[in-house]
Amino acid sequence: MEKVLRDFKPGESGVVKRVGGDGAVRRRLFDMGVTPGAPVKMRKVAPLGDPIEVTLRGYELTLRKGEAENVIVEISE
Amino acid sequence: MLKLALAGNPNCGKTTLFNALTGSTAYVGNWPGVTVEKREGKYKKLGEAIDIVDLPGIYSLSPYSPEEVVSRNYLLDEKPDVIVNIIDATNLERNLYLTTQILETDLPVVIALNMMDEVERQGDKVDSKALSEKLGVPVVEISALKGKNIHELMKTAKDAAAHSRKASSVLSLGELAPLVQKAEEMLKARDVDNPLFHAIKLIEGDELEVKAHDEDAKQLQELKEGYKSEMFGDDFEAYTADARYRYITEKLSCVIHKAERKEKLTKSDKIDKVLTSRIWGIPIFIVMMFAIFHITFAEDFLYMNALYGVEVQGWECWWEAGSFVIDGGIPSPGVLLQSCLIWCTDSLSALAAEGLASAPAWVSSLICDGVLAGVFSVLSFLPQIALLFLFLSILEDSGYMARVAFIMDRIFRKFGLSGKSFLPLLMGFGCSVPAIMASRTLEHDKERQMTIYMTPWFSCTAKMPIYTAIAAAVFVGNDDLVVFGMYLLGIVCAILGALLLRNTIFKGETAPFIMELPAYHLPQAKSLFVHLWDKVKKYVVRAATIIAASTIVIWFVSNFNWSYHMVDSIEDSIIHDIGSFVSWIFYPLGFAIGEYGWVFVVAAVTGLIAKEEVVSTMTVLGIAIGALAADTGEATAIEALFAVSGITTPAVISFMAFNLLAIPCFAAVGAARAELGKGRGFKGALLWWMASAYVVSMMIYLIGSWWWTVFIFAAIIAVAVTCIVLWNKGKLKLPTRKKA
Repeated sequence: MEKVLRDFKPGESGVVKRVGGDGAVRRRLFDMGVTPGAPVKMRKVAPLGDPIEVTLRGYELTLRKGEAENVIVEISE
Repeated sequence: MLKLALAGNPNCGKTTLFNALTGSTAYVGNWPGVTVEKREGKYKKLGEAIDIVDLPGIYSLSPYSPEEVVSRNYLLDEKPDVIVNIIDATNLERNLYLTTQILETDLPVVIALNMMDEVERQGDKVDSKALSEKLGVPVVEISALKGKNIHELMKTAKDAAAHSRKASSVLSLGELAPLVQKAEEMLKARDVDNPLFHAIKLIEGDELEVKAHDEDAKQLQELKEGYKSEMFGDDFEAYTADARYRYITEKLSCVIHKAERKEKLTKSDKIDKVLTSRIWGIPIFIVMMFAIFHITFAEDFLYMNALYGVEVQGWECWWEAGSFVIDGGIPSPGVLLQSCLIWCTDSLSALAAEGLASAPAWVSSLICDGVLAGVFSVLSFLPQIALLFLFLSILEDSGYMARVAFIMDRIFRKFGLSGKSFLPLLMGFGCSVPAIMASRTLEHDKERQMTIYMTPWFSCTAKMPIYTAIAAAVFVGNDDLVVFGMYLLGIVCAILGALLLRNTIFKGETAPFIMELPAYHLPQAKSLFVHLWDKVKKYVVRAATIIAASTIVIWFVSNFNWSYHMVDSIEDSIIHDIGSFVSWIFYPLGFAIGEYGWVFVVAAVTGLIAKEEVVSTMTVLGIAIGALAADTGEATAIEALFAVSGITTPAVISFMAFNLLAIPCFAAVGAARAELGKGRGFKGALLWWMASAYVVSMMIYLIGSWWWTVFIFAAIIAVAVTCIVLWNKGKLKLPTRKKA
């Protein structure tokens, strides 16, 4: 099942399927390792509800929900 | 001399390695044209010295951030003899992504595998020999922290520099191989250096590259049509990023041997759970910030005087009775250090005055009242600036700063800033100078500029005496309310100002907030002090140059008349004439009106040099104009000044607001110039501060004096806001839009 990364709850995980968006944001996501096939796990949400923190390729990455909207993740049911 | 470039991700130990290699030879400057730090140094333990350039920490050689562009241009244009690519062995996957790009140049590369001890501690294994075979370049295991194997590393690098290396790319292995080859041949035919690197960037559709080789890019576009893949279509940027990571995960799986591990929390995870917890995250952060400010600025440390009546009375300095007295609470370390420094500088001033006793009056006045007084008053902030910076570096190096940005981002995004600009702004309450210097950690130009523009409005400690002295003189009984009100006014102006800039000149999308949250670790004393020393040195140099020069000018105009004769009374001086002459500019602000209006004008103008000057100018001039029968000290001279001047309450508030919002001080202007460069950004900052100070003070005075003017201002603001909104929606076009 496909799910947008911004809708993830802490603890959920999946494999990145597509990365949308354009320009600098998209390239930045690629450079940080958010590429199709990368396993990603949602860690937590910041105290004020945004941004979020995910574990990816062995490190912690933070991004805003607005940016996480571009990341489509395949989750197993 | 051999030129060596250090390249690697942020937080991979690059700075630690650089410090270990270069020691005292390190020199910190800026890359030309951008505010990205450039560090250079020499390694001397291998016969002939090796020049080392520390490239900024980057994740990729993409064309989007100034750090990346600077690194890329350095590698391609300056052609170092060898690149040492530092890799955090605990995070191979992402670190090697940059490596795959570096290997596409023709430069010799050596890989320094850092933090191997940490890998072993976790029970994992990284096979450096296998890694070296796969990548085709030497790999040296090091520990930058302990200085282990770094001599080996330099030897290997020196050997590598003697041999040429052929560029290699992961893309030459996949289905794009023929395309890569064709593009490379095309560029080779044109005699381009590093053809493979450029070829791959062209295939990626890299903005900079397409601009530089647009002919080839067009030709290549046709070729690329034939290589559309099922998964990525014609999105070659996505394809290459994916290919690099795929290569890393597939081919290098035999290099990393992860120990079987249950989902166990590391120490760093446990700390993080508390520090960024939904409930405790913000309270902990507030307490931490408060502690830092308290240690640096509190006059009554731990509130021991206020709470328990712990008091030091006449705590005299042991080396000279009476020279160094503290009454009241025990001062915090910051205040104590500052008192010590002030004692030292006062003694030096006294010595100088003694030594110059027989010299002509103007010489001793120039040196004592001019240069020394000015420079020392700026220097007196050094201990507190240094302490703030030390704390800031500890937060940065420990990895907490990234979490602060994580916690605060939500609030700041609304104003076009990100969580990262929170700390510089907060430091503004201490001193604008370190605050403006701290804005360097902000990656995006727009955000950095806006942060610098807003910083001085978070009233610094030098502005507080202005508020307290005036409140004590004019608003007896309500003085704490007035002081608090001024702080609040600054914050409100900063928020409104940020909103205004965001919707006009700094329009555009908010900078992305996609960043690594590094694992927590203990900061290294050595790198803390290297960093601190650098900041202190810069501050002292600035005090000795720009500030010394400006104090001479001010001293001259307040002590001489137009025929260059020294005057006894300031009323005959050049500054009085200038003050009176420019007074009309300040008439709409209220405080310039009246017989003694020029005093406030001069005070406000000297305040542009340093905010401490405001109170001292008012005192000196208050005495000089004979407002006070007997010279009985500062507070009363100011009280008398306000009494005789007959200044109205709205004008007093307008005067304080002007001091709050106008150019903070020469030291801060110097810092802003260092961060913004000489160009438009810097001039814009000066204009922004002066214009907003003028407008806000005028509004305060006019509305305070004639309440109905509020309707006029409301109407003007309403029209302005409507215009901005319409303009942003594209419904309104400016007749002649200035260069954007």
